[in-house]
Amino acid sequence: MTKTYPKASRPSLDNVSVSIEKGEFVFFIGPSGSGKSTIIKMLLHEVTPNKGRVIVNGKDVTSMRSWKRPHFRRSIGCVFQDFRLLPNRTAYENVAFALEVIGKTKAVARRVVPEVLELVGLGGKEHRYPHELSGGEQQRVAVARAFVNRPLILLADEPTGNLDPDTSIEIMRLLDRINRTGTTVVMVTHDSNIVNQMRRRVVEIESGRIVRDQARGVYG
Amino acid sequence: MRMKYVLSEVLVGLWRNVTMTLAMIITMAVSLFMLGGSGLLYQKVGDMKDLYYENVEVSIFLKADANEQQRTDLETKLKADPLIKDVTYVNKDEAYKRFQQMYADAPDLVNAVKPDQLPESFRLKLNDPEQYKNIYDEYKTSEGIDTIVDQSKLLDKVFGVLTGFQNGALAIAIVMAIAALLLVANTIQVAAYSKRREVAVMKLVGASNWFIQAPFVLEAVVAGLIGSVLGLIALIVLKTLAAGSSMAALEGLITPISWSEIFLTFPLMAAVGGLVSAVTAWVTLRFYLRV
Repeated sequence: MTKTYPKASRPSLDNVSVSIEKGEFVFFIGPSGSGKSTIIKMLLHEVTPNKGRVIVNGKDVTSMRSWKRPHFRRSIGCVFQDFRLLPNRTAYENVAFALEVIGKTKAVARRVVPEVLELVGLGGKEHRYPHELSGGEQQRVAVARAFVNRPLILLADEPTGNLDPDTSIEIMRLLDRINRTGTTVVMVTHDSNIVNQMRRRVVEIESGRIVRDQARGVYG
Repeated sequence: MRMKYVLSEVLVGLWRNVTMTLAMIITMAVSLFMLGGSGLLYQKVGDMKDLYYENVEVSIFLKADANEQQRTDLETKLKADPLIKDVTYVNKDEAYKRFQQMYADAPDLVNAVKPDQLPESFRLKLNDPEQYKNIYDEYKTSEGIDTIVDQSKLLDKVFGVLTGFQNGALAIAIVMAIAALLLVANTIQVAAYSKRREVAVMKLVGASNWFIQAPFVLEAVVAGLIGSVLGLIALIVLKTLAAGSSMAALEGLITPISWSEIFLTFPLMAAVGGLVSAVTAWVTLRFYLRV
């Protein structure tokens, strides 16, 4: 697929083709502006390619109407570098919010949220506000929020970008654990340390082109 | 639970920006009050036109010295005229009776006038009141005629004034509605901005569009409805005040506006207030949230 943003001199993604199997763990690496984030945006149906197709969970989302997007997003969890937590809500409320706004009842939230907070290692810190948590803990809340709905795919856009190396490793362990439950994990990063430690599939992008696609790869 | 969430969001939203909410409600109320008033006047003018034009007459007053021959000639000619539906001859006694009736509350005036001081006249009903000019041209030169008076000319003036009021109220209503519209758009933008984090998360986790938009749209609708209630109250106050003041003197001329008519205006005001707010809010969100 190809994506050219308006006013851009060259395509952000140029004739890129990549296939990710269910349950895989894939790193997209490459310098800033190489087009890795565009891939995430396409998977989220935030942008559509000018040419080619994007197929997610067996469904062609290229031509998906925008009113179908909300329901589609429920099968995808998302984690970002800047956490994107609601500052005036506790860890519990942040995760519960994600459930309640898609129509789950409070009773469901009461059952599921403590479970998932326990899973990400935040047992006992449910009622802390984001500013009372460390960066790593905040990212755990974000992961819990992304995973609470048991998505098929977890997208992580530089999830360790704001964290120190030790905390980064902990977050990676968490993502690895989530991957082992059968969830496909797609992670964009330029953290070479992590890529080298994890030894998972690495897709390297440069100037909108795939220059390497390697199983059990390193940052290189 | 979702309904409860939406409603509490609406209340929080209205309260968070309370000065803006008040400005929105007041402008909306004035606009809807003017709209309601204009609607009532329109209805009244319609009623009165039906009532008055039904009874409108062209009167041909005879000179005091007009003789029997002139009168019969004129009557024959009038009765044969295809423009005229009905001709009534009013002699001095009948004219005096009408005069007594018309000025029943001014006995001094009635006592000062004797029957033979009043002129005889023909009262004509026209098939088409607009044809007055032709009648006038036709008969102005006939012998023994003093004046020809067209009541509809007077009515046209009265209705001209009323229609002027009505158009003025409508114009103010429209100008205020534009102001209200801009205030709604602005309020919604501010609300959406203050909730941008929540909205971003909701979009991310796949909350449905209506669920994201509903609190904002309802916020505007609630303000619109409160505005329409205030507009109704203003109309009620106006009627109460008018009943006890100099306006009451006009009651004979203008058919009075009943309570039921005022309350029947409310659905119109509420619908316009609610709908305009909802559409404005929704359109603003489409540009601003892009959900």
